[in-house]
Amino acid sequence: MKNILIFLQQYVNLICFLLLQVISIQLLTTSSKTHETFFADISNEFTGSINSRYSGLKSYFSLYETNRLLAEENSKLRNALSANFQLPPTTVINTIDTTLKDSTSLFRKYTYLPAEVVSNSFSQQNNYLMLERGAKQGIRKGMAVVSATGIVGVVVETTENFSKVMSLLHRNSRVSAMLKKDHTTGSVEWDGADPSYLILKNITRSTKIVKGDTVLTSNYSANFPSNLMIGTISEVALDPASNYYVLKVKTSTNFYNIQFANAIDNIRYNEQTELENSTKSQ
Amino acid sequence: MSPLVKNIIRFVLFIVIQVFILNEIPPLHRFIVPYIYFLYIVWLPFKMTRIGLMVLAFFFGLFYDLFIGTTGLHAAACVLLAYSRPYVLAILIPHESTEQSYIEPSITSMGWAPYAVYVSILTFIHHFYLVLLEWLQFGSFGYFLGKVISTTGISILLIFVAEMLVSRKGRYRMNS
Repeated sequence: MKNILIFLQQYVNLICFLLLQVISIQLLTTSSKTHETFFADISNEFTGSINSRYSGLKSYFSLYETNRLLAEENSKLRNALSANFQLPPTTVINTIDTTLKDSTSLFRKYTYLPAEVVSNSFSQQNNYLMLERGAKQGIRKGMAVVSATGIVGVVVETTENFSKVMSLLHRNSRVSAMLKKDHTTGSVEWDGADPSYLILKNITRSTKIVKGDTVLTSNYSANFPSNLMIGTISEVALDPASNYYVLKVKTSTNFYNIQFANAIDNIRYNEQTELENSTKSQ
Repeated sequence: MSPLVKNIIRFVLFIVIQVFILNEIPPLHRFIVPYIYFLYIVWLPFKMTRIGLMVLAFFFGLFYDLFIGTTGLHAAACVLLAYSRPYVLAILIPHESTEQSYIEPSITSMGWAPYAVYVSILTFIHHFYLVLLEWLQFGSFGYFLGKVISTTGISILLIFVAEMLVSRKGRYRMNS
């Protein structure tokens, strides 16, 4: 017993060091799980409230840019109004309506929930954003987040009033994408090099690709609606090891100055992912 | 100001400067990340016990992590930094005289050359371990090597600037 005590006394520093190392690495590896159970409520609310004060101050410096983006988005939405489109005069032309679809049976699949971005990082290898809108205001884990100009990321954690978003600029981020012109699908990732460029993978060589082609979200993803802007292709290269292209995509979202974002609620998200997972496990 | 109050203010100040100023700078290259927050641990008083140093470093690192979203990454690097600090100090300075008459490591208390070596070694240890942990998750050897070297360079430059801006008087410790 005495020897054990002497041993402990002698190596107390080393033991303390190893203990703290184990704790931190444990926290790091099981980041999302432990984070949720242990601190999420306290820490996210705390850092969130500090961040929202700071971003309130910072937002004054980008008012001009935010206004411009909002005006652009407004004009885009005005252009999409149904009042802009005229039906052909049906009294003159006789056509038989053959569509079987009843327009009254439309249902809403996606709901956009606006939120203010209170913190945003882009200089790390794993970047996150914080939104001032949480579970109380209808944000759930897995929701897609878009800005006025393009997609931003996916919600990974929520607390009562804040939510944490895994940015596209994250080494684990992967979004299903397609080319606008022929709907070839691939996946968009980030290689950690430059915050304004993403990497589009899994596009076969048989596809013809030109610089400047538009990349949109595909309809295969459960959280992102299809046809949302991701970016444009800025560099075309072939992966020598495989039969695929490695394409550099200039993001349409400017990650340096995101002020407002929309979280997208897919009503059928749970149903879709449950089905996907149940078939996967078989 | 008592050392305790001073260090509490520094704790907040280093986090604020790192999170709200340095992390807001658009990066020039992925290897160049301006880190200076760990200077807090480098500047802690001589007299702290090693365990106290490590526990404080752990919470300091964790606090920074909570802002960035990488729980545990910077905490691990800070703990290693705190653990190795007394070893580096023991090699570099005459133990008795300096620790008795000065409160904390600085240019005036240690002298130019030993202080520069002290800061460089600790900066290197911090970045080496930090990038090593990142490398275990993703990236290549080139990424590891390039990032360790360039972030260490940038950090030493920043610390040099910080030393120029903040005049810390190498106050003699009073007999209290």
